[in-house]
Amino acid sequence: MQRITIDPITRLEGHGKIEIFLNEEGNVANTYFQIPELRGFERFCVGRPVEEMPLLTNRICGVCPEAHHMAAAKAVDAVYHVEVPPTGKKLRELLYSAFYATDHTTHFYALGGPDFIMGPDAPVAERNILGVIHKVGLEIGGKVIQMRKYGHTVVEIIGGRKVHPCTSIPGGLTKGITEEQRIEIEKMGRWAIEFAQFSLKAFNDIVLSNKQYLDLIVGDIYTHHTYYMGLVDANNKVNFYDGKVRVVAPDGKEYVTYEPKDYAANIAEHVEPWTYLKFPYLKNVGWKGFVDGPDSGVYMATPLSRLNASDGMATPLAQAEYEKFYATLGGKPVHQRLAIHWARLIELLYAAERWVELATDPEITSPNYRAIPTATPTEGVGIVEAPRGTLTHHYWTDDRGMVRKVNLIVGTTNNHAAICMSLKKAAQGLIKKGVTVTEGTLNMIEMAFRAYDPCFSCATHSLPGQMKMIVNFRDVDGNVVSTIKRD
Amino acid sequence: MSKPKFAMYWAASCGGCEIAVLNIHEKILEVDAAFEVVFWPVAMDAKYKDVEAMQDGEITLCLFNGGMRNDENEHIAKLLRRKSKIMVAFGSCACEGCIPGLANFSSITDLVDTAFTTITTDNPDNIRPVTSYAMPEGTIIIPTLNPMLKTLDQVVDVDYYMPGCPPESHQIAAVVDLVIAALNGKAELPPKGATIGAGNSTVCDECPRKRNVKTIKEFRRIQFTTTDPELCLLEQGIPCNGVATRSGCNARCPSAGAQCIGCYGPAEGVVDYAARLISAFASVIDSDNPEEIDKILDGLVDPAGQFYRFNLAGSLLRASKSAQKG
Repeated sequence: MQRITIDPITRLEGHGKIEIFLNEEGNVANTYFQIPELRGFERFCVGRPVEEMPLLTNRICGVCPEAHHMAAAKAVDAVYHVEVPPTGKKLRELLYSAFYATDHTTHFYALGGPDFIMGPDAPVAERNILGVIHKVGLEIGGKVIQMRKYGHTVVEIIGGRKVHPCTSIPGGLTKGITEEQRIEIEKMGRWAIEFAQFSLKAFNDIVLSNKQYLDLIVGDIYTHHTYYMGLVDANNKVNFYDGKVRVVAPDGKEYVTYEPKDYAANIAEHVEPWTYLKFPYLKNVGWKGFVDGPDSGVYMATPLSRLNASDGMATPLAQAEYEKFYATLGGKPVHQRLAIHWARLIELLYAAERWVELATDPEITSPNYRAIPTATPTEGVGIVEAPRGTLTHHYWTDDRGMVRKVNLIVGTTNNHAAICMSLKKAAQGLIKKGVTVTEGTLNMIEMAFRAYDPCFSCATHSLPGQMKMIVNFRDVDGNVVSTIKRD
Repeated sequence: MSKPKFAMYWAASCGGCEIAVLNIHEKILEVDAAFEVVFWPVAMDAKYKDVEAMQDGEITLCLFNGGMRNDENEHIAKLLRRKSKIMVAFGSCACEGCIPGLANFSSITDLVDTAFTTITTDNPDNIRPVTSYAMPEGTIIIPTLNPMLKTLDQVVDVDYYMPGCPPESHQIAAVVDLVIAALNGKAELPPKGATIGAGNSTVCDECPRKRNVKTIKEFRRIQFTTTDPELCLLEQGIPCNGVATRSGCNARCPSAGAQCIGCYGPAEGVVDYAARLISAFASVIDSDNPEEIDKILDGLVDPAGQFYRFNLAGSLLRASKSAQKG
């Protein structure tokens, strides 16, 4: 059987490999998406003081350390049963909003966007951020650079560092902000709103106005009907930092809404022996394999999922874009995976608006940004929306606050099954008997994962190995004919 | 004349080094002007086969980040070493193992069993991933994990070390300037084996907090302590690692009210980071009474993590006995 290997997959965070098998007719027989790497955080965080978790788990991912820092911070608050004062919460969410605007910018212009701005089959040497800057010009390229700079400046002012922030502790933060810093943050936030609007217009002009791209978005090869997950506030509006997890079914109706502490009653993780990454699914729907539909527990957690799972955006400009999004794409929910790129830019606008809201909050410069824990530490769950999906940290400690056990379900891992399905469907749709497979064809298969903005640095936090193993021998139909186990 | 070629790669890493490079902002355009970027998986689409097709030594500068967690990491490290004139161990993982190096306190079996028995894992057959798996269409392969995480120089020859988790962007910008100047014959590169993009003293020397050479009666945990924003954290009982850690970061964490956790690695001339830190902590303890000293030391709740947080894989110790056995 002929085999096509894409290794490594590129313009994402972390490592991955795609194996495509073709049958005698030249059609795709199957596609496997493998994660080659793991690091072991769930084990080696055991024994550490729990207040270090926001610093240690940062290092799961340097692209979204802010997400791990915040999920960890909320989990350690819960471990100590301490209520963070309003200023502390608002400072964390302000940092997080600025981070979101930056991260979504990085994805649109450097990771996912080059496929559209340069074209899916543009030369490899040009299909990247530097090619984008050459094409759109230094003035616009400069805006992208400026946006990233502003976002990281806010992260540094509140979080102490640009990458791997260090200020969140159980009960709040180690520092607040001054009025001078607040003014600077507000000014940058107002600029970020304009930048987000500019980016939405660019998406409209470059992608939505191009019939070839629009056909690609609304077409079938990048479409799946699954459940959708996202964090919502008390009004069921999208929130990145706090709230309850809401899941809607493929028909768009609410399936469940749960408190962070109840995640394990709702999510389970399936294991396959051919990849180092687990496959989360909705426990009460069940694992039915890599299939669509209401009977399959496969769900997606991305910007598009958050829009599908919510009743709207909590800020006015983003809400208007939300309404336009569903009006253009034929109502809720939207199942077309490439629409994630558009949803991401609507979230970019929301993040910028929220950034300004928080920067102009009268409490934001208050010195009341932390509470000293007094209760005996036990166990706690922290959930935030990472840009790449719902992020859950769960820690158990002894009564001195030393970590005894850790469970992590990270943003990208939520989407593992959905990404496998998207890659297979794209490969089957694009590689056909008699079609010459070009570099551009393979890149269009990679576009199927790129929409999810996966981060396999995040996903590979745990560390399985090859100690115990099961080998299934299958017939041509995939039925298991014999099994060898090595314990 | 063609431009010198640039590569950046991540082995077992978090991607923060990539973000730190992007955070040189406008200066990335100077990198683009001075170099032809030929391999950089986060940013562009060249594949392993493209690197394999290059001449030996064809890449002028390779920034290599991430630790050696599996055989694929080692294979790519060797490949890029062969293809590169200047190989930089970039960031804490490549230099000394970083936080993922803490895995060297556990055996692989322990790590595996932990990951595959979490409360949400649905694994009734107790499956573990296998490196080679026979699917109906053919065998598919994933890399084999090393029993211990290794640093880059435990696998290949390294020309320069650039510490930090991640390296600070102003330091990256300075190194970019230096390399571009050297390529144009306007500067000299430091001797092989040098640490670049960092200072040669300690974090304390860059820290704005005041030291009064006071001694302490107890170690305290940050969540229970209201610290004075002007005074040295260690002198307030917070176990801050600045005293043994290399300078170069502008003392970012202590400046933000958080203790230095040691990401820039051992200060210049320090052979064993843990030994230096232990002696520094011992020197601030205000007691001659062995019982009282023991009690004060009990306040350091996680000595292994405190002293080896970033440097275990690169330390003299390297790993626990259970990890060394594999």
